[in-house]
Formats: sequence, C-alpha cells, structure tokens
Amino acid sequence: MTETLDLEKLEQDLIAQVNQASDEQALEEVRIGALGKKGTISAMMKGMGKLDPDQRKTTGQALNALKGRVSQALATQKDALKKKAMDLRLATEKVDVTLPARKRGEGTIHPVSQVWEEVVQIFGDLGFSVAEGPHIESDWYNFGALNIPDEHPARQEHDTFYFNPAEDGSRKVLRTHTSPVQIRTMETTEPPIRIIAPGRTFRCDSDQTHTPMFHQVEGLVLDSDIHLGHLKWTLTEFCKAIFELDDVKMRFRSSHFPFTEPSMEIDIGCTWENGQVKIGEGDDWLEILGSGMVHPNVIRAGGLDPDKVQGFAFGVGIDRIAMLKYGIPDLRAFFESDLRWLRHYGFSALNVPNLAGGLS
Amino acid sequence: MKFTLSWLKEYLDTDASLDEICTALNDTGLEVEGIENMAEVLKDFSVAKVIKARQHPDADRLRVCDVETKDGMVQVVCGAPNARTGLVGIFAGPGTHVPGTGVDLQTGVIRGVESAGMLCSERELMISEDHDGIIDFDKDIAVGTSAAEALGLDDPIIDIAITPNRPDALGIYGVARDLAAKGLGTLKPMSIEPVEGSFDSPITVSLNFSDGDTKPCPHFMGRFFKGIKNGPSPDWMQRRLRAVGLRPISALVDITNYVTIAYARPLHVFDAAKVSGNIQVRFANEGESLVALDGKTYKLDPTMTVVADDNSAESLGGIMGGEATGCLEDTTDVFLECAYFDPIRTATTGRKLNIQSDARYRFERGIDPTYLNKGVDIATALILEICGGDVSYKTEAGQTPDVKKSYFLRGERVKTLGGLDVELTKQAEILNSLGFETTDKDDGLECAVPTWRPDINGEADLVEEVCRIVGLDNVPEVALPRFNEIAVPVLTVLQKRMLATRRKLATCGLCEAVTWSFLPEEQAKMFGGGKPEVKLANPISVELSDMRPSLLPNLISAVGRNVARGTLDVGLFEVGQTYLGDKPEDETLRACGVRRGNMISRAWNEQARSVDCFDAKADAISALKEAGAPVQSLQVVQGAPEWFHPGRSGTFQLGPKNQLGWFGEIHPYVLEKMGVKGPLVGFEIILNNIPIGKQKSAARPALNVSDLMSVKRDFAFVVSKDTPAGKIEKAAKGADKSLITDVAIFDVFVGDSIGADNKSIAFEITLQPKAKTLTDEEIEAVCAKVISKVEKATGGNLRG
Repeated sequence: MTETLDLEKLEQDLIAQVNQASDEQALEEVRIGALGKKGTISAMMKGMGKLDPDQRKTTGQALNALKGRVSQALATQKDALKKKAMDLRLATEKVDVTLPARKRGEGTIHPVSQVWEEVVQIFGDLGFSVAEGPHIESDWYNFGALNIPDEHPARQEHDTFYFNPAEDGSRKVLRTHTSPVQIRTMETTEPPIRIIAPGRTFRCDSDQTHTPMFHQVEGLVLDSDIHLGHLKWTLTEFCKAIFELDDVKMRFRSSHFPFTEPSMEIDIGCTWENGQVKIGEGDDWLEILGSGMVHPNVIRAGGLDPDKVQGFAFGVGIDRIAMLKYGIPDLRAFFESDLRWLRHYGFSALNVPNLAGGLS
Repeated sequence: MKFTLSWLKEYLDTDASLDEICTALNDTGLEVEGIENMAEVLKDFSVAKVIKARQHPDADRLRVCDVETKDGMVQVVCGAPNARTGLVGIFAGPGTHVPGTGVDLQTGVIRGVESAGMLCSERELMISEDHDGIIDFDKDIAVGTSAAEALGLDDPIIDIAITPNRPDALGIYGVARDLAAKGLGTLKPMSIEPVEGSFDSPITVSLNFSDGDTKPCPHFMGRFFKGIKNGPSPDWMQRRLRAVGLRPISALVDITNYVTIAYARPLHVFDAAKVSGNIQVRFANEGESLVALDGKTYKLDPTMTVVADDNSAESLGGIMGGEATGCLEDTTDVFLECAYFDPIRTATTGRKLNIQSDARYRFERGIDPTYLNKGVDIATALILEICGGDVSYKTEAGQTPDVKKSYFLRGERVKTLGGLDVELTKQAEILNSLGFETTDKDDGLECAVPTWRPDINGEADLVEEVCRIVGLDNVPEVALPRFNEIAVPVLTVLQKRMLATRRKLATCGLCEAVTWSFLPEEQAKMFGGGKPEVKLANPISVELSDMRPSLLPNLISAVGRNVARGTLDVGLFEVGQTYLGDKPEDETLRACGVRRGNMISRAWNEQARSVDCFDAKADAISALKEAGAPVQSLQVVQGAPEWFHPGRSGTFQLGPKNQLGWFGEIHPYVLEKMGVKGPLVGFEIILNNIPIGKQKSAARPALNVSDLMSVKRDFAFVVSKDTPAGKIEKAAKGADKSLITDVAIFDVFVGDSIGADNKSIAFEITLQPKAKTLTDEEIEAVCAKVISKVEKATGGNLRG
C-alpha cells in the first residue's frame, strides 16, 4: 500500500515540478532529477533488485508506467515552453503592414494589338488565315492590280505617300490600304482562299481625325460560288462578335470601290450620349466597313480566272474598332506613346482574347 | 453635291417625303451627307404684323408693340431701331428655341412692361449675320405664314456624296433618274423646244490638234447670241444656286452653272466682242499662259487642251474660262461653248495646275459625250428667256465619239453573284428605268449601256445596278460554310512570335507603344538608315521624312516625351516592322524595348537602382525565349551597332552570320542628339532571324530527375580583365556535361590585391548525381577537371 501511495505521491510531485518549470533549463533539471542516471525513478528502478520476483514484477510495471507518464508530461511541457518563448520573440517582431508592398512592374498591351488578336480570333474560327504584305508597295499592287488605273480620280482620294522614282521611272508607294495583300495572296494561293490581312496603312493626311499611319484589316474570300449573301452574313456575324452584342443594327448601302463590283458600305446603328458612343442600336449611323464582290479585273490581276473563281473582300479600320468598342476618343493619341494613356487604355498581358472566355 | 427638294421635283414627279427620298438615296449608293431643312429649324417662327408701336414708358431705346400673330394679339417689347407700326416681320412666341442665340424664349417683364415673345433679326434665325434690326419684309405677307416660306427657305437642301464612278449623278437629273428607278416617282421627260436660230454664227470652231488626233476634244458645239442683256439672273435661279453653295454672278454665268448642276453638263460663255476671229481647240503652246476666271495666271504646256481664238488661249478646256473673254454686265454678244473634253487629260491638267472647278470635277469623271446638242438647246432656251436677243444656227466641229457598249447579263448572275432572287422581267425593268436598252436573249439580257454611264464595263456592273436598285438590305444572308467543324490554327510562325513576344514583354513590366513607321532623316542616319530609296518624296513633315531602320529611335523619342511630362522611370516596347530598303525582304519584324530611369525605385525597404545593360539583356532574353529562339546555344558577344555604348552593349548571335539582336546602353552621343536624358538602355531583336525549330511533337520527353542530393562547390579564378565571363562559364560547364547542371557566377572582383590587369570571378557549380551518391573522390575529380578546364580556356589561375 505504502509503496503504491509513495508512487502516487512521487508522480504528483514530479508532474507538479514539470508544470512549474518556467523555462527549458528548469525543465531539463526536473528531467534529470527524475529520469537521469541518479534520478528518483532511476534509483527506484535500481532498488528493485532487492525485491522478490512477484513484487519486482508489479513494482516494475508501475515504475515503467510512471516513467512513461512523466516523460509525456516533460515533452508536453517542453513544447509549451518552446511555444511560449517563440510567442515572446514574435511579439517583438511586429511590422507595420500598412507600409507599401514591393513594386512589381506591370506592362500593358496596346489596344491596336488587342483588337488585332480579337479580329484574328473571330476570323480564325471561320477558317481565315492571316496574310501579310510589305508596307512599301509597288504602284501595281497598291493601285493597278486593284483596278485603279493611273488617272482614276479614286487615286487622288488616296493621299498617297510616294518614294522617289527609281532609275527605271517606277515609283514605290506606302500602301494606302491593306488591299494589295489580296493580289499577293491570289498569286501564291490556290482557291479556295480565306484570309484576313491586318496591318499598317499610310495616307498623307493629318488632322483631328486622321493620322498619317493607321491600321486596317482586309478580308478576302474566293471560291466558286461565294456571293453577296455570304458577305453580308460574314460581316453581320463579325460585327456581333467583335462588339460582343446579341444583335447589331446594320445598314448595307451601295457604294463604289474600284476593286469590287457590286460594292457596299456598312453602317452600324449607334447612339451618342455625353460624347460617348453606344454601338448596336439607335438612330444614328456610323460607317465602319467597305466591301464588295471582288472585281473580275482584280481576280485576273491576281492570276486567277474570274469565270471560275469569285468572292468577296472587305476592309475595316482596326483603330476605329478599338475607338468604338473601348470608348477611346482621339485617334492621334494611339501613336503618342504617353504612358498615362498606355496604362489607361492598355490591356493586361494575360488578358488574351479568346472565343471561349470572351474577347474583352 | 447639293440640291434642293424643289429642284429635284422639277425632274421627278413624286409624293415621297424628304425622309423617304433620303433613305432611297442612301440605298442606291448616293450617300446622304447632310440635310439642311430650315422649315424644320424655323417651324415655330411665323409672319406677324406690328399693329401699333409706341414708346416704352421707361426706356428711350425700347418700343412696346402690339403684334398680330397667328395666335392673336400679343404685346412685345422690342429694342430694334426699325420696329415701327405696320412692320411685317417674323415672330416667335414663348417656349420657342431661338437658334441664333440658343435661348428658349419666356414671357418676361422688361422695365415694367410685359413682353410675350420676340420679333426676330436674321441673325437670330441663323440665316445671316444681319443684326442691325428685325426682319422687315416691306410688303404684306399673310400673318401666320411660316417663316421659312416667307423667307424663301422652305426648300430643304440635300447634300450627297457621289462616288467617282457616277458622273451622271453629278447632275440633279441623274439623281432623279436613280430615284425613279428605285420606285420613288416618275422621271419627267425633258421638254426643251429646240430653237432653230436665224443667222450663221460669225465665230466658227475647229479642232486643231498638232497630231491630228481629236481625242482630247472629239466634239465641240457652239452658238452665237447677239443683242442680249446680261443683268442679274432671276430670283428663282439665284435662290437655287445659293442653296447649293454657288454665288450668283450674272445671268449668263448663272445659266452655265445652273445647267452644270441640273444636268451635269458644264458650259462656257465667251464675250464675243472680246474674241478675236474664230475659235479653235488645240494644245497649249510652249510658254503660253492664261489668266483664268479665278484671276490667277497659269503657265500652260503642250499637254493641255485650250480653247483659243486667233490670238491666244482663252480658256482651259473643261476646266476654267479665261478672264479676258469673260462675260460682264455689259456683255451683249455671246459665244456659247458646249464640248466634250477627255477625262484623263482634264484630270492631268487640273492636277498639274492645281485648279478645282465644277467643270473639271465633272469632265474628269466623264460626262455624257452625246449630250452636247441637248445641252446647247437647254442653254439656248434659258439665255433667250432670261437675257433675250437673237441666236445663230449651231456651229460645231468634230463628232460624237463612239461610246456604244453592250454587255450580256446571264439570267442567274444576279442570284449567283448578288445573292438576290429577281425575276428576269424585273431585272429588265430596273435596267430600262436606268436608261439601259435591254434585249431578251436565251437565258439572259443583252444590255446596251446608256451613254451617261462610263462606269458600266461588264456583267458585274449590271449585277450591281440591279442589286442597288432592289436594295442591298434585301439580300438574304447566307452562312459561309465551315472548313472545319472545330477551327484549326491559322497563324504563321512569325505571327505567333509576334504575339508571344508582345505578351512576354508586357509581363516584364514594359508598356506596348505603337509608333510611326517614319522618323526624321537625322535619326534614320544615326540608326543605320537614311538610304535614298526609303526616303518619302512627299513626307507630311520633316520630322516624318524617312522610313525607320530600327524601332529604337521612335521609342527613345517617346521616352523623351514622357520624361518631359514628368514621368522619369519609363519602360516601353514595340513589336513592328522596320525598313532597311524598299524591297519586301528589307522589311523585318522586330521587337524592341527601352528602359529609362530607375529599375528599382527608391522605397522604404529598397535601395533605388538605375537601369543598366543587364536589365536590357534580361528583357531581350525573355523575348527571345518566348519567340522560340534557342537561348541555350545563343552566343552573346561584346559590342553592338554604333548607336549603342561601345563598352556596355552586346550582340546575340547564332554564329557571326546570324545576328538575332542587340542590347545595351544607348550611346550618350545619340541621346544627346535626340535631346533625351539617360541613363537609357534598350534592346532590339529581329524576329525574322530566329531559325524555325524542327516540328516537335506536342508530347514532352520523359522527365528524368534524381532524388539524390545535389552537391555545390565554389571556385574563384583570377583572370585577365578582358576575359569574358561567358568563357569561364562555358569551360566550367564543359568539365562534365552530364554531372554539372548549373554554373552560377556570384562575384566579380577587381582590386590591386590581384593585380591591376586582372579580375577575380567566383562561381558556384551544381553537381547532380544520377545513379548513386558521389564519393569525395569523385567530387574532387570533377573539381580538378573544372579547374584545369577553366585555367586552360582563360589562362587564369584558381584564386588561392
């Protein structure tokens, strides 16, 4: 009995000492005092040799259990003390979290590039590939092949940038539209042809609403049986997709371009509120597209037979779409590289237009 | 071109409203650019009469008027000096918006006297600048008559844009024809009674071209009028001419202008008394000049067609008359010219001399070459009616050129090209109403083109005629068949590089700019350009004179502009074309970025750091990698083109013949010339020069990694100062290509302790065992190999 009581007493004492230990040093002393070579429990274990086997067995079991419980208490207290010491240290390590974070530079994508990708997404889905041509063009590709002969009044309307005549008298121009790519494509591609040709175009004109350089996207579809109905559908679907509207009010007007016959211009309905334009509905009209069925002379100039191949072409301003879609008021600012403008109207690097996620 | 509704109705019998007419014009391709409808603007204004005007009791300059208006008697206080009893003027009641002042009228009390409206001046109605007094008709007009009617402004003005293919629509009659074809009414037949004439013209005409070819003016008709009186033209004519923007001059001149606008038939009148001898049409002589009706002297050359008398050129054919033979108020004898001038020559001459005129505009687009006789008849009738006098027989030279054209329109072509189902009889009806003579043939129509339509040159043009009259809105939309059910990729390698590079550089913190393709000559030359073939002949300004040889200069200028606005830390990039020559292959797609100011800004927890060469290098490598360049095998060599700092710049290359781009500090001299303050670093890479990699499968090679702990060892070598670090790195790596997975330079030291011509470079290598942990001996063996390799490659020594 006494022995049992003694063990209970001892356990109570030891647990109390463990719990009272205020730092890891004190706790270590308690451990040595109990479980060290000369510790109380170790001593009692050594003393068991004097006992008879039965007693030795029961006492041994009791002592082992006691040792286990004390060890457990020591470990728990050790962890608690560690945590407490850490808490004390952390309490001194406070920072002012309202201080600014480290800066990371964030760049932007220009609206022209963004709309380029949007247009490519839409037409890519319809199987249009992206064709390109040089900006410095020959007279033939920019005018002659497009059924604009030398003295045609339409040529004067183009405000062409010219280079100085070469020795043979020929004179290069800066392309006034993306239409030369039509011819270059016909020369190298077997129909059926479906291309768009987005890129820079140039006109010798600079005022409030004109810049000497701007961006257009040309479209060309050639096959055996393409007609005006296909053109209307394509442009209607394009307008809905690019402006992300279920329906866009559109008007198709007869017009004239030397390189198409019949030709048509397309207006979209809009309203003006406080100088901001709202696209798709309303009683005002905005001209956004020129188009038509490719003129037989143009098909011929491209080396194809207009009796076998026919189709449509269109041209639309990329900058203009950007202005209308994103409410950008001034075309000239597109090319001024003002960081304030680039950051305000630009797009995040990861905002890549795609049909699944939406174009904008 | 402008015309008024009533003028149009002279040729078109119609009940259509202004709106319907404008919609039809737009549909048919005669785009309405503006409508000026004063009847609408002035709808709340009407004629009123001042029954009694008396002095205001408290103001010397004001009068109190009892005014009879369409709504009864009202009292108006008026400050106009001409307000008087009996005045008939224009009244506006309370609530009316006054266009000239922008004010909405209210009943008010002026110096104690109530005033319920106002009597208006012309300026208040925005019909002129006159504000000396209120409108005073000086005659009785029924009270309540609309202001627009009373002022003769009730005729809406329509302004349409005529595309260059439609010279016939440069006359109102032609516009009426389109509208009639569209179903908006009936085209009235021309009802001109030809006048026979009673004597031979004392002036004869001849075509006298040096080469005998009369193409510049194949037909010329004239007529002599004597005893005429050239005063002002009648009110109705003046009103119409003013409405379309022409200033009335005298009856004779106004008549020629009137016929030009009405029928697209330009005419000219010579004062016969000032013509010496006879009229001949010829090329101008070398050195000849002409004072034209605009008062300017033009130097002519033998490519230009002139109408001359026996002495000299008196008129530029189809463009403008001469001052010497112009008609004045006292003109009594007149020679009328009605001729056909070649469009191309007219255009060329007009452009050379830079003369714009209504005549040139029409001749260069092509007037109806068969309309000379009718034009003479129309003008004769008007001259005799307005100016009186006697008229001669017609005189003429040359003949109507043969412009007969006919094309076959296949019955199904409107459907297969225009997408429109139109009965063949309906197609014929439309074409007939436009003046085509159609003949039914098997499965189609043979269509003779009217002489006023030089733009019709084939079947497609006939299709367009039918489509534009039926209306393009009526063409049913048909879906374009899909090539693939699920879209397949369409971009080329270069296009993908362009997109990837852009997005990558934006993630590096640079903002994308789009700059001009042009720049000033001085900058073109500084950046390796300035060749004569890429210099614009007609630049918009000297600042935009040459095509850019590099993207750098325009970005550097853009940095300068931003700095001038107070943004000191700037990072910009552009992906775009550069032009080293005028051939397609001289045009390359490049990516370029510049940074200026601090790379790391001053902050509470950061030291500020200026941009340096290695920021540009990092940007360039990011871009190259994203564009698909083999960055592992890319060589970086010291030096770059001359617009870079000679010591702080480098070139990326795949062997000396394929340079992919450059990076570094921009040469301070260049910056100084451009007026931009540095430090400024930049890079430019040529996306075209990146080799196209082998078509790789989408599948990646198996991942082969070891879980064994990697081992790191440090080395430092003393080498001569000009030894490139890249050489050391390469040598170290080469010591054991499979075991050494990384070599990282962490220190470069220069100091007297190692000799003034030397530097110390320290690096860490990472050894990655694959199969089993490395023994000390194995590690030592690799290290020894590294040392010998580096020493051999650089001639340096391991630092003790």
